[in-house]
Amino acid sequence: MSVDATTVRRIAHLARIAVSDAEVPHLQGELNAMLAFVEQLSEVNIDGVEPMTSVTPMEMKKRADVVNDGEIAEIIVRNAPDTVNDFFLVPKVVE
Amino acid sequence: MTDLTSLTIAEAREGLASKSFTARELTDAHLAAIEAARVLNAYVLETPDRAREMARVADEKIAKGEGGPLAGIPLGIKDLFATRDIRTTACSKILGNFIPPYESTVTSQLWRDGAVLLGKLNNDEFAMGSSNETSCFGPVTNPWRREGSNTTLVPGGSSGGSASAVAALLCMGATATDTGGSIRQPAAFTATVGIKPTYGRCSRWGIVAFASSLDQAGPIARTTRDAAILMRSMAGHDPKDTTSVDIAVPDYEAAIGKSVKGMKIGIPKEYRLDGMPAEIEKLWSEGAQWLKAAGAELVEVSLPHTKYALPAYYIVAPAEASSNLARYDGVRYGLRDPGKSIIEMYENTRADGFGDEVRRRVLIGTYVLSAGYYDAYYLRAQKVRTLIKKDFEDCFAKGVNAILTPATPSAAFGIGEKGGADPVEMYLNDIFTVTVNMAGLPGIAVPAGKDTQGLPLGLQLIGRPFDEDTLFSLGEVIEQAAGRFTAPKWW
Repeated sequence: MSVDATTVRRIAHLARIAVSDAEVPHLQGELNAMLAFVEQLSEVNIDGVEPMTSVTPMEMKKRADVVNDGEIAEIIVRNAPDTVNDFFLVPKVVE
Repeated sequence: MTDLTSLTIAEAREGLASKSFTARELTDAHLAAIEAARVLNAYVLETPDRAREMARVADEKIAKGEGGPLAGIPLGIKDLFATRDIRTTACSKILGNFIPPYESTVTSQLWRDGAVLLGKLNNDEFAMGSSNETSCFGPVTNPWRREGSNTTLVPGGSSGGSASAVAALLCMGATATDTGGSIRQPAAFTATVGIKPTYGRCSRWGIVAFASSLDQAGPIARTTRDAAILMRSMAGHDPKDTTSVDIAVPDYEAAIGKSVKGMKIGIPKEYRLDGMPAEIEKLWSEGAQWLKAAGAELVEVSLPHTKYALPAYYIVAPAEASSNLARYDGVRYGLRDPGKSIIEMYENTRADGFGDEVRRRVLIGTYVLSAGYYDAYYLRAQKVRTLIKKDFEDCFAKGVNAILTPATPSAAFGIGEKGGADPVEMYLNDIFTVTVNMAGLPGIAVPAGKDTQGLPLGLQLIGRPFDEDTLFSLGEVIEQAAGRFTAPKWW
């Protein structure tokens, strides 16, 4: 399989990465090189094989569903590029 | 007095205990070495004030007889580990000036045991790379050079800063992470020892995530013993990481010098590649003979799905990366580039903040997870991964204790030499290491010799799950036989 220019633009939008028209041919070439490389997996017989979901067989530990942290809004927003009164600020979402 | 930076951790521990020197002197010697080696670009942030303060505390504790197992030992920390109140960037522009309000579990255990933070070490952006050339802080220089040449070589990656700093005596040991070979490949390129523990051995909490089902932290050090000392402090169960395993951490150092008599060492025929350099082939059989001379038994084994590990990895790892890196949206931390709408803000921020390699992997990961392609790529790759793991299980079921392979297909190469036209050329560096991540197994790289140009080469030992002890015992045998290798100082 290989990707065309339209697909490259569509993936870039899905991934929320701006890509200029000038960059598309180059990216298309790189993605197709990677896809050509992984193509050899199609020769592996995977009939009846379970997909791996956990590399170490173990039961996930659970903890009580209780509040064990909090009241640290100031710490949480400290690294944000734009805030007001412990809120994250973003461009207008709803018109 | 001998140069304090040339001591091993084990030697420094003794010197501190016998009051031959203080933690402060040991730290100062390293801070001076770091300052004189900035040309290597191993550190992206030096923390001398923090280091001296931690050394002062260590000296006090040692004086009172309360020093921990790493009291006063100066370490470098890969910039992928969150360090409280100290800038942590994963060497990506998108994290900008991120100052974590928390400490990664692995580093917190090092400080608990008395270690001293010298600074943050360079790495490939988000640990994506095999040469440390994708860092937003620029490439790291390998202290090793080809004989009679001034060509600047890469230290490998992604833990290139860690490997370079340890090899150049700019810290006594370093933390590193390994998703496809990022501890073992740079260790092999710099004549250092690097171990990727079993998946689940070290907590991933507070480490910037790349591919969560593959990422593991581990140490890079100058000797097998030093790596064992660091591993003991780094490993252990952490309730904050549900994939960290709740089993006791052994005293890995006790495995150093233990007899390997009667151990079965697998030599996998699939690792004998067409066109493999003769010197790698020679090193591999030499290593096997050293283990045999120590009483181990060599057996040929087969790992039939080996050649599919790298292509499967380049589906699984980018898929997980595209998901993990979705968090960099310009809202909660790091870089923000303005946009007219919130979507445009996301797109501009991520276009500006991610480097070429990271962007490439996020795009391919997004593609293989997108509607209509998931089964053909991601699901198939995860099934192949099951087969890769089964290859190893079959081999261990036949009584094999560990598997011996070359660590890398070549020695270190020059900056800008690889991957310019085709990204896959760079990816092939991890051909011997990536299987281990896919199967969640422990793997250690130990320096074993030099190539015809005088560059270090390493061997890899792959172990059973949670049997790092055996790797340390076998690694020590190789280290004793091969000797230690130190880069001649030119900087």
